[in-house]
Amino acid sequence: MREINSSEIRQAVRDLAIAAAHDLEPDILEALLAARDRETGELAGNILEVLVANANIASRDRIPVCQDTGTGILFLELGQEVHIRGDLQEALQEGVRLGYEEGYLRKSVCDPLTRKNTGTNTPAVVHIELAPGDRITIRFLPKGCGSENMSSLVMLPPAAGTEGVVRHVIDRVLAAGSNPCPPMIVGVGLGGSFEKAALLAKKALLRPVGEKSGREDVAVLEERLLREINDQGQGVHGFGGITTALAVHMEVFPCHIASLPVGINIQCHAHRHKEIVL
Amino acid sequence: MKTESAFFENLLEVALPFTPEVLASLKAGQLVSLSGTLYTGRDQTHRRLCALLDEGKDLPVDLAGQLLYYVGPSPARPGRVIGAAGPTTSYRMDSYTPRLLALGLAATMGKGARCAEVRQAMLEHGAVYLAAIGGAGAFLSKCIKKAELVAFADAGPEALFRFEVEKFPAVVINDLEGRDYYALVAAASRCGK
Repeated sequence: MREINSSEIRQAVRDLAIAAAHDLEPDILEALLAARDRETGELAGNILEVLVANANIASRDRIPVCQDTGTGILFLELGQEVHIRGDLQEALQEGVRLGYEEGYLRKSVCDPLTRKNTGTNTPAVVHIELAPGDRITIRFLPKGCGSENMSSLVMLPPAAGTEGVVRHVIDRVLAAGSNPCPPMIVGVGLGGSFEKAALLAKKALLRPVGEKSGREDVAVLEERLLREINDQGQGVHGFGGITTALAVHMEVFPCHIASLPVGINIQCHAHRHKEIVL
Repeated sequence: MKTESAFFENLLEVALPFTPEVLASLKAGQLVSLSGTLYTGRDQTHRRLCALLDEGKDLPVDLAGQLLYYVGPSPARPGRVIGAAGPTTSYRMDSYTPRLLALGLAATMGKGARCAEVRQAMLEHGAVYLAAIGGAGAFLSKCIKKAELVAFADAGPEALFRFEVEKFPAVVINDLEGRDYYALVAAASRCGK
């Protein structure tokens, strides 16, 4: 049994929150550069150039990539041979609070009814899974709501089939227009149950941008969706061109014989994510 | 100002607030570079402005002829003017916007399309809508030279600010003649097939 102090977790979460807001990871930076290089739309190409410049300014001058520094979403893989000294939940929330305060990040979390801001950007949304081993993997995904608001969940009838899924995803992406700050990453969660499909869609966003599904038929579907979305020509910020989406990631899970849940979680081009293994 | 992108080279330089002549000359799809004064507001700001109107009270600022930018900036680091300050999605302000246009608000700026009621109200009152570059909060922060709190300080990032901007890039989406650039792009893309 390995021991980890909750204070170490708190510090790690604080640092992840600050780094995520300012420093884009190589996967999204490379996707933006590749999109800029192949873009055919003139305005779209100019905007992609600005987005690359924006990432450089953010990192160099310590200004958040986007003012919407998001709701904190934390994914933990907790090794079952780890013993945590102290309160894990408190450490996670306190880490987020410290990161947003000390990193000059925007506090965007409020009560859903009164709309009163909690003032700390907490509570963060926390997902914990047990895993083999004696390590803790913490992934931080600050999620802005321009894109989160364009996400959806639908329970299709099984008769809808693959074509029904494709039609639905494309319809939702097109209906989102320029609201979610395209070029976007489309996370699709297929199967499971009502809540599982939503969680799979979000987890799909944790995959490095453009990495294909390990399941061949799913990878083919991802590629088809990406091509059909980009063929529609909405493009960067709805200004035309060939880059409405940078990637489509689909996660699948077996579901009930009566059901075909489809979760769609849309992510903006400011795809901020950080990970640490303790 | 040293720019980090060639994007600025071909933009039409426009002073804020817009003169009636400039407002009338803007065309959907045009790239503009804005310099001058604008006001900011997003969800809570709009809710509070409309609550004041409901109570028959004066607004904290006269919006006639002004540009209202939908933004909730991140906090400024010490010694800085402002943090990241890119646009938020505009449709959330749609239900409030016709009332503010009726007061003479000349322009709004955010990202994403407006609903039919807002487009109609813009035509009636002679107002335009612009899109700023979504997700370019650090880049746009550099174009803001002064930020002054005007009202609703307790709303935090949703407070109403007055910004002095310099060479702030934007795209005209809805012009005075009723054109909508997002719709034009969508139509052109369909015709190209």
